[in-house]
Amino acid sequence: MRETWLLLRHYRRLAGRNWFGLLIGAIQPLLFLALFGPLFVTVGTWETLVPGLMLQLGLLSAGLCGFGVLFDRQSGVLERLRVTPAGRLPLLLGRVLSDVTTLLVQTVVLVGAGYAFGLRAPLAGVLLSLLVIAVLGTALAALSYAAALALPEELFAPVATTAVVPLMLLSGTFLPMSMAPGWLDVLSRVTPFRHVLDAVRDLFAGHYLTGAVATGAAVLAALTALCLAVGVRTFNRANA
Amino acid sequence: MTFRSGLRAVDGLDLTVEAGETVAFLGPNGAGKTTTMRMLATLLRPTGGRATVAGRDLLAEPREVRRRIGYVSQAGGAGLFAPLGEELLLQAMLYGMRRAEARRAVEHTLDRLGVTHLAGRLGASLSGGEKRRFDLAFGLLHRPDVLFLDEPSTGLDPGSRAALWEHVRELGVTTLLTTHYLEEAEALADRVVIISRGRIVADAAPDELRRGRTLAEAFAEAVDA
Repeated sequence: MRETWLLLRHYRRLAGRNWFGLLIGAIQPLLFLALFGPLFVTVGTWETLVPGLMLQLGLLSAGLCGFGVLFDRQSGVLERLRVTPAGRLPLLLGRVLSDVTTLLVQTVVLVGAGYAFGLRAPLAGVLLSLLVIAVLGTALAALSYAAALALPEELFAPVATTAVVPLMLLSGTFLPMSMAPGWLDVLSRVTPFRHVLDAVRDLFAGHYLTGAVATGAAVLAALTALCLAVGVRTFNRANA
Repeated sequence: MTFRSGLRAVDGLDLTVEAGETVAFLGPNGAGKTTTMRMLATLLRPTGGRATVAGRDLLAEPREVRRRIGYVSQAGGAGLFAPLGEELLLQAMLYGMRRAEARRAVEHTLDRLGVTHLAGRLGASLSGGEKRRFDLAFGLLHRPDVLFLDEPSTGLDPGSRAALWEHVRELGVTTLLTTHYLEEAEALADRVVIISRGRIVADAAPDELRRGRTLAEAFAEAVDA
């Protein structure tokens, strides 16, 4: 606990000096909100679009945070930390929780901007969604770090940036997957993010006790446990 | 040590280092020097064999070994984007020191290495020699019983190298270092261990190893044997 806290505080302090990076990380969903949203709401609603953009943000922000560890891998920082008696789980969690904090701030900015444009979601639904995003961010960040350590250095960037696109599209970021043709609908159900997004859309609509919310929560819990296990295992073993 | 690829990097390497001794691993590229050191520093799990480091069993108690060793890799560890003083403070606290104690340890180490004035800088802005002194600071901060230095002076100009040697000589801690420079082994080590193809081919004090020849000749002979 102490070690996780020490590392989290350290990474927060570094990230705190980099507000520009925080905004750049959220720029894509913000652009979609501003330049695509007004078009989208001629046929759909802000309450459908904003959860999709939150998921996009999660994939782009937490999902790509492995880039940060690449520098630490090259510069020997990671190895130096791995020779200290600090636990392997704290070494991972310190980073992950710092990235989750960044993601939450970005998400609040995004949802705030959404309200400015005309989003009208109940506060309780938004708060529950933030909780979902925090857990999702934990899973994605852990997975991203595992990938950054396990893949050859030159492969992480192309693999991660390519993987994000189908995961985003299959989750139904821009339009709910219930509108998709049968095969696409089935395919999207194979990805965990579809279920998480369906849950968040229900929460934004003020429907808290639905099947979609239950499924989303269960899928998210399983995904997070799996990603953390993979992350710790990789941190334990990594030769980097 | 056999890698998953089946490559046998280190094989049948037996070595005892006495407390306070400085031993240099010398050998051609790919001889197994770094692999050996990374195994002893708990970074690579050996596929066979045993080792006791600073009185603790390497395989059974890696965490206890980590408490007692300092390790400075070839890449260093000073990092590029965080103020080095802060990074050192974090490192000290990860060794279990309280804040005040950690701050004293950082101040003491920076002072000892003559880099106190650079504590607020980022690693990316330092010269090679300055950065290497910080790398050393990370390894020394917690007063380890055993220090591992992997090619400590590679890439340094002669002046920085001499300064670094001076610091290492003053440490008085059990030290294992790898190097490609014969003169570095001679300047720092009580004992030179020559490794070739994962095995020890010579193990003696520098004078003894030389026996009237230059150290380069002794090295070439041991490696070719």
